[in-house]
Amino acid sequence: MKSLGIVSPQSMHFSEPLALQSGASLSDYTLVYETYGTLHADRSNAVLVCHALNASHHVAGEYVDEEGSKKILGWWDNMVGPGKPLDTDRFFVIGINNLGSCFGSTGPMHTNPATGKPYGAHFPVVTVEDWVRAQARLADALGIAQFAAVMGGSLGGMQALAWSIIYPDRLRHCVVIASTPKLSAQNIAFNDVARQAILTDPEFHGGDFYAHNAVPKNGLRVARMVGHITYLSNDDMAEKFGRELRSGKYQFDFGIDFEIESYLRYQGDKFSEYFDANTYLLITKALDYFDPAQAFGGDLTKALANTKAQFLLASFKTDWRFSPERSREIVQALVNNKRKVTYAEIDAPHGHDAFLLDDVRYLNVVRAYFERVWSEGAGA
Amino acid sequence: MNFKELSALRADLAFIAHWVRRDTHVLDLGCGDGAMLDYLQSDKRCIGYGVEIDDDKIPACTARGVSVIQQDLEAGLAMFADNAFDTVLCLSALQMMKNVEEILRDIARVGREAIVSFPNFAYWPHRLALLRGRMPVSKSLPYEWYDTPNLRCATIKDFEALANQVGLEVLECVALRDGNLVSFLPNWRGSLAVFRLKKK
Repeated sequence: MKSLGIVSPQSMHFSEPLALQSGASLSDYTLVYETYGTLHADRSNAVLVCHALNASHHVAGEYVDEEGSKKILGWWDNMVGPGKPLDTDRFFVIGINNLGSCFGSTGPMHTNPATGKPYGAHFPVVTVEDWVRAQARLADALGIAQFAAVMGGSLGGMQALAWSIIYPDRLRHCVVIASTPKLSAQNIAFNDVARQAILTDPEFHGGDFYAHNAVPKNGLRVARMVGHITYLSNDDMAEKFGRELRSGKYQFDFGIDFEIESYLRYQGDKFSEYFDANTYLLITKALDYFDPAQAFGGDLTKALANTKAQFLLASFKTDWRFSPERSREIVQALVNNKRKVTYAEIDAPHGHDAFLLDDVRYLNVVRAYFERVWSEGAGA
Repeated sequence: MNFKELSALRADLAFIAHWVRRDTHVLDLGCGDGAMLDYLQSDKRCIGYGVEIDDDKIPACTARGVSVIQQDLEAGLAMFADNAFDTVLCLSALQMMKNVEEILRDIARVGREAIVSFPNFAYWPHRLALLRGRMPVSKSLPYEWYDTPNLRCATIKDFEALANQVGLEVLECVALRDGNLVSFLPNWRGSLAVFRLKKK
């Protein structure tokens, strides 16, 4: 299938302070974003795609790296592009890098204007709602009063849901995939293990490791290894790795015996090369804090009462990180409010990661949904 | 979808659609490709949801603009609140269920009224097949005994007793053949049984 080809990011600076949920504020900030497709003159065909934990504004298309050869594909290139389920021949698609990230938008490694030094650990804790408010300012600047749809998977799905609550008039459709209305105690526990790995790494230096020319790689590795376990299903891991041994027999030491160890360590090593430890702390906190029902006494039906969008939700049966039950809670709250909602529960074997993979049942539902979005408004 | 299109597509649904009032809230259990809800939404201004388990039917419903929730009916209707719907439809789906009694009780809980249809096992060609010593295979039961998804074989008379037992009062009961009303000897000549029920 066709891809978008080579794409490149843009950035926009905002000098009006952004008040954050914590009470802190960012005096000024930059958002990095990418767009694909063409915005109609009436600006009716814009779709915002929100990213998850370790992703960025680079949703689709490819980057060519410094050597001009190796191609870096967008994280949802199988979903977004010409002729793909979210068809960039029809829709104007925007990916925005969130605040606190390490992929270009203002984050912990950038200079704090108040001190002249990198923010480091002093970058304010941001929430899903803070991200959404920042995204809305970028939408304002692009002249987009209402999105045809806001879409995301996992943490990105939380942002889409938050859009429907905070700005009910600014989106016609809300697409929430493999997400949850709030983290469970188990989810938070895994996040805290990851944070502890980073916080207790001697190279972390209280978050100011940039000044020490250090990187808390061990902490990041362990954080990623723990996270990665939660992205895969037990069956998928058993199928891919089982108890396969790296060199055919036990080594009777603490190196790598099993293939799964080799795989996780490789994932951890790779991640620690490019991801920022402060960003990891910030994003896991944003995950932990998300709970739109909290302000309504835990009543999600009430939290979603003011939404106006139509919804598509999808979950995956083997996803134990954000299981189908969690998506069904959102569907139930929407049904209680008599909102239009389509819910697909896909019997895919790949756990949480399934939302990024090619499952024809999943992609067909999203495709059919965007056909509908197109025929109902954006394409009319 | 208009009435003519629905009639051409599924005559039985077109007959049943007369029983659904305008501007009401409808739940369609085992909604398939969403044809019924498509018609009820566009022609009768109903709003509602379909429930369907089949992966292939979900995009079909979506393409029609029908709100569909993918779920196994055997798991029950916990998603829906008490009395949430004016009418609950369960059309040609009940006979495939393991837990018929449970789902009927749930239908009585979430709906004020219900319309239930299923193949009438007492349709005369079925009786004839049994007299000849073979399990019936017909247009309404188009499967061999070893590959049928239909777990339950019921007649019009059978269902009435169960409906009462689970808290549903029979308001109307008709038999259809090819979507047409059969008034003479319905339990012999009707291939599809259709009940209109009310919560007791």
